[in-house]
Amino acid sequence: MPAPETTGDGTVPDAVIEVKGLTKRFQTILAVDDVSFTVRRGQITALLGGNGAGKTTTISMLLGLLVPTAGTIRVLGEDMLRHRYRVLPRLNFSSPYVDLPHRLTVRENLMVFGLLYSLRRPGERIRELAADLAFAELLERKTGGLSSGQKTRIALAKALLNRPELLLLDEPTASLDPDTADWVRSYLERYARGTGASILLASHNMAEVERLCSDVLMMKAGRIVDRGAPDELIARYGRQTLEDVFLDIARDRRQPAEAAQ
Amino acid sequence: MTAIGRAAAVPPGYALSDRLRRIGAMLLRNIYLMRSSWIRVFDLMYWPLLQMVIWGFINTFLASQSSWVLRAGGLLIGAVLLWDVLVRGQFGMTLSLLEEMWSRNFANLFVAPLRPAEYGFALMGLSVIRSLIGVVPSALLAIPLFHYSIFAIGLPLVIFYAVLMMTGWAVGLLMCAMLIRFGLAAESFAWASIFVLAPICGVYYPISTLPSWLQPISWALPPTYVFEGMRSIMLDHVFRTDYLMSALLLNVVYIAVGLTAFLIAFYQARKRGQLLQTGE
Repeated sequence: MPAPETTGDGTVPDAVIEVKGLTKRFQTILAVDDVSFTVRRGQITALLGGNGAGKTTTISMLLGLLVPTAGTIRVLGEDMLRHRYRVLPRLNFSSPYVDLPHRLTVRENLMVFGLLYSLRRPGERIRELAADLAFAELLERKTGGLSSGQKTRIALAKALLNRPELLLLDEPTASLDPDTADWVRSYLERYARGTGASILLASHNMAEVERLCSDVLMMKAGRIVDRGAPDELIARYGRQTLEDVFLDIARDRRQPAEAAQ
Repeated sequence: MTAIGRAAAVPPGYALSDRLRRIGAMLLRNIYLMRSSWIRVFDLMYWPLLQMVIWGFINTFLASQSSWVLRAGGLLIGAVLLWDVLVRGQFGMTLSLLEEMWSRNFANLFVAPLRPAEYGFALMGLSVIRSLIGVVPSALLAIPLFHYSIFAIGLPLVIFYAVLMMTGWAVGLLMCAMLIRFGLAAESFAWASIFVLAPICGVYYPISTLPSWLQPISWALPPTYVFEGMRSIMLDHVFRTDYLMSALLLNVVYIAVGLTAFLIAFYQARKRGQLLQTGE
């Protein structure tokens, strides 16, 4: 993995995420083991790995929901461990495993989060997002009564309320039908392109990663074991698809050096 | 895509107005919840109403048997209404936290710039709202049912209410700390814990009734001063400012302990990854 260029103070120019020596230990379990990586501004980066590879733990530490055992995290130029509250208004997060309150209507949920993000005109922003993400007809419905696809759209709307410069997404298209999943991917592409925002997403969908991401971090057993653009990784492992590369890494079948021979 | 412009410079969120907005957001979230479910509001009123009716009849019966109860009509009704202020104050905090746990909303909340202390203040505000919803209907109903108005206590009633709410916050913060630390496994204890104070604080009888070894413990608890103070007003027509000062001082200590426990539990939850897993 090539080391990123750094400035005199050791930071990477244009980096939105800089992680060095990140480690998380839960008693005897080493969930994340000395991980270092950088995400540059405007990039869509994927965090790939099997179940238990450390993706969600890494994202949780980036969000400040989890305190690392060791290592440093800089997000949007700030030390996340010391100045978390300076950064949180500028990023957002969505996961199919974290719900919005079911008994509130979509509008009520978005209004609450709009105020939490200190939006001056939350109602106006909700109307904009409802038009963009095509959920105006859902605004007065209870969130718990929505389908999976509708919930994903609302979760995405919540994640976009504050116009985040950095979006962290955990499996953004999990449990969606192909049509809705394609729609969400298109929207994310347009959002990143239109705003210059950066996205870090954890996914098990290799086709999604090939389509959206310019950079892929491959995790296994808490470590980053490889990194590169999807095309580079496919070429390095001598494979046809990113899924084949994923399986090679997950099953210890081939090393990149071996593939190059 | 009208909503997508240049990535906006978001306000840092440190201004007082931003802090108040976030506290207001949490109040609004719970008001929306109560508005959407009448059974939740009815549940807040149910036990205080039931308690008031039971103790109202006991009071009526004892007034015909005991000169002590007869001396101040509604003594036991006043006691049960004030007791419910304390209970509803603590439940108001705990319930608001449990609502977030039940709806698995913790991660969303704490990825937003909501600080734990702001959340704590929001919980305090919610406990005031829930206690008023719970106790005021009972207090009003006691007037036609038992010809007793707790409002006749006057200004001291406001002070008693404030003291009991503060104790409710202190216990509520401790219970919230336990819920954050132990998850929903601590739910039953969070509901039951406050009742340990009932026999010690002299809700229905003077502290002198308690064995001498238990009395110092009783005087270390702020509600004791409220219930003794209430009896002092109703029986002797004297408002004890010394009781008030002791209760306030003790409450400051207990709230500081509760808030510290809450903040420590929150930090520990961030170390253990419990904000993402708020179930059992």
